[in-house]
Amino acid sequence: MGVTAVRPAADQNRVGASATSAGGVRYSRVGELPGGTPRPDEDVRESTGTASQGGRRYLTAWLLGLVALAVLCVLSCAVGSRSIPIGDVLTALADHDDSRESIIVWELRVPRTLLAVVCGAALAVAGVVMQAITRNPLAEPGILGVNSGASIAVVLAIAALGVATPAGYMWFAFVGAGVAAVVVFVLGTSRTGPTSHTRLVLAGIALSTSLSSFIGIITMFDSSTFDSYRFWVVGSLENRTMEVALWVTPFVVVGLGVALVLGNHFNALALGDEMGAALGLTVARVRVLGFGVVVILCGAATAAAGPIAFVGLVVPHAVRLVAGVDHCRNLALSLVAGPILLLASDIVGRLVVRPAELEVGIVTAFIGAPVLLLLILRARTGRS
Amino acid sequence: MTTSRTRRAPVHWIAPLPGGRTIRMQRRAVGATIALVVVGLTVSVLAVTTGVYHVGLGDIGRAILGRGDSTDRLIVVDQRLPRTVAAWAIGGAMGLSGALFQTVSRNPLGSPDIVGFTTGAASGGLAAILLAGVTSSAAIASGTILGGLATALVVYLLSSARGVGGERLILVGIAVGAMLASINDYLITRADIEAAETARAWQFGSLNAISWSQAGPLLVAVAVLIPVTLAVSRPLAALEMGDDAAAGLGVDARRVRARILFLGVALAAVSVAAAGPIGFLALAAPQLAKRLARSAGITLVVSIAMGSTLLVVADFAAQRVLSPFQIPVGLVTGAVGGLYLLWLLSATGRR
Repeated sequence: MGVTAVRPAADQNRVGASATSAGGVRYSRVGELPGGTPRPDEDVRESTGTASQGGRRYLTAWLLGLVALAVLCVLSCAVGSRSIPIGDVLTALADHDDSRESIIVWELRVPRTLLAVVCGAALAVAGVVMQAITRNPLAEPGILGVNSGASIAVVLAIAALGVATPAGYMWFAFVGAGVAAVVVFVLGTSRTGPTSHTRLVLAGIALSTSLSSFIGIITMFDSSTFDSYRFWVVGSLENRTMEVALWVTPFVVVGLGVALVLGNHFNALALGDEMGAALGLTVARVRVLGFGVVVILCGAATAAAGPIAFVGLVVPHAVRLVAGVDHCRNLALSLVAGPILLLASDIVGRLVVRPAELEVGIVTAFIGAPVLLLLILRARTGRS
Repeated sequence: MTTSRTRRAPVHWIAPLPGGRTIRMQRRAVGATIALVVVGLTVSVLAVTTGVYHVGLGDIGRAILGRGDSTDRLIVVDQRLPRTVAAWAIGGAMGLSGALFQTVSRNPLGSPDIVGFTTGAASGGLAAILLAGVTSSAAIASGTILGGLATALVVYLLSSARGVGGERLILVGIAVGAMLASINDYLITRADIEAAETARAWQFGSLNAISWSQAGPLLVAVAVLIPVTLAVSRPLAALEMGDDAAAGLGVDARRVRARILFLGVALAAVSVAAAGPIGFLALAAPQLAKRLARSAGITLVVSIAMGSTLLVVADFAAQRVLSPFQIPVGLVTGAVGGLYLLWLLSATGRR
């Protein structure tokens, strides 16, 4: 496809091209909010600075993120209904023996931590990709009904086929997420004219509501399905085995790889379909590939941990504040930021109602919904 | 909407109200209302007479008058009648509430369930059931109404920071609704399975357990709220032309809007208190009413009739489709309504 010429706005500044306008155009596409005009923001201001500044900031953020992630991983192994001192955690991690600490760490906490990292990265990157291919800053797997598609497939699997393991849910979640995504995109985007942000969101909500009603009907019949489903549906990392974590990892790795490769194409796409095509981009192919990435990542994460909303919304917006408009940087930074958010939410959930736990999906919704609110409130009302 | 200009002027029908006021309706709207009421009544009669236990029409009359078989009386007066009457009241209240919100937000999607009010009302009810552990329907109802009003206030304040834009109201409502939905899910995971099933059945919206002790207060509330709303909402037509035009006609847009939103929330909250949040009714009823009456704007009276008829029919279906298993009616309206909204989205903007 050969779209290598598209670089971030900051880099174009250095080259001395018509950078301001290019950056401006791209920003208005990427960061535009419901019916609004682009607002002045850190991104635009950054694009008038020097390239090395932006690059350094991004690299620093990435390294700091890695450090934070490492710290959180250790914390995640230490915190829980039975807390273990950090020193003992490190010893237990170092040698895998029969001591009680070692068993707790290796059997319970390590799989959970690994799963949080994998799912966090998957959901965050899926969010970036979704916002890129729809050019809609509110696009998110949870909001757009992809999760509910996965949910109804999982419920059908539990109720009708007696599937009981997350590894078994996986394929159903994939198919459900895929079908729901297709329906929402087809109905939520109009054939003529620009896609309204509200439209896509509403298509997602309509589908979610309808599907959750059908889920309700199914689970009303079947108490035992309801009992397993009500814990799955809030999104939890609790009681997942190492097997589950290892099961999802390959899918997520493939999805992340394809997403990273597509980064430059997303940059071209952000300039608009015509501009993208003029730059040598096969717009439809990028969309379909991105779409596939979203389905694989969301399907895998949802199968393993249940539907977790808002990670895919919050992380892309947060990393954009640091990394600017370049999708390659955003994707790379999301790889670190997603796991940080999910892991931190999981740890918070384990701490606030001790000795019980708050499911991670509930914590992310508590963090995510206000962010969504903030995004909406900061946007100017275009149409009244 | 271009056709409405070329069509000849609609014929109006004017009815006097006490106090020198009048109700003005287009003749087609009157016809639509009558047709809807006839359909609703027919289904209501079916719902009351048939079922596992059949009751003849004559027996119903006798049972209502307090004579006749005691079994007939028990089934008709104590079980089927309150349910049917509640369906009329709740459907009408939801239809009117949706019509008010859609007119004020000037958006077909500005219904109380989309903007999070019914979710908030449900949060209030769930908190009452699961946290406060109350069982009396009056206490649950108070929790619901408080929850609904509090949510409405939050959404209204947040979205009116720079003037209530239709799209903004909806997006803010969606965000607040998403947060409340996660609270609801959380409350349900915290309960033991039995309480969770009860709470969940309520959360879906159901008329299964309605008795006169719920239907009575509901009827009183609706009998007060609907006439008051109709009387207050006369400036709504002026509001539809935009705030400036309304000001030119001497209408204080802000005050009218706040008053109407309050009544809309009250109507929605009273309904949720009685039967739980019944999804999509408030969204679909005004839109269907508008299409049936072929009016340019939303007509409140037709919306009431449409809401009542839809709920009566949906509840009849919920009772009989998988009989003897009874589906909560909110699941029927949610499933069908969600698909309807998808269709609405694909139909608008694809022309």
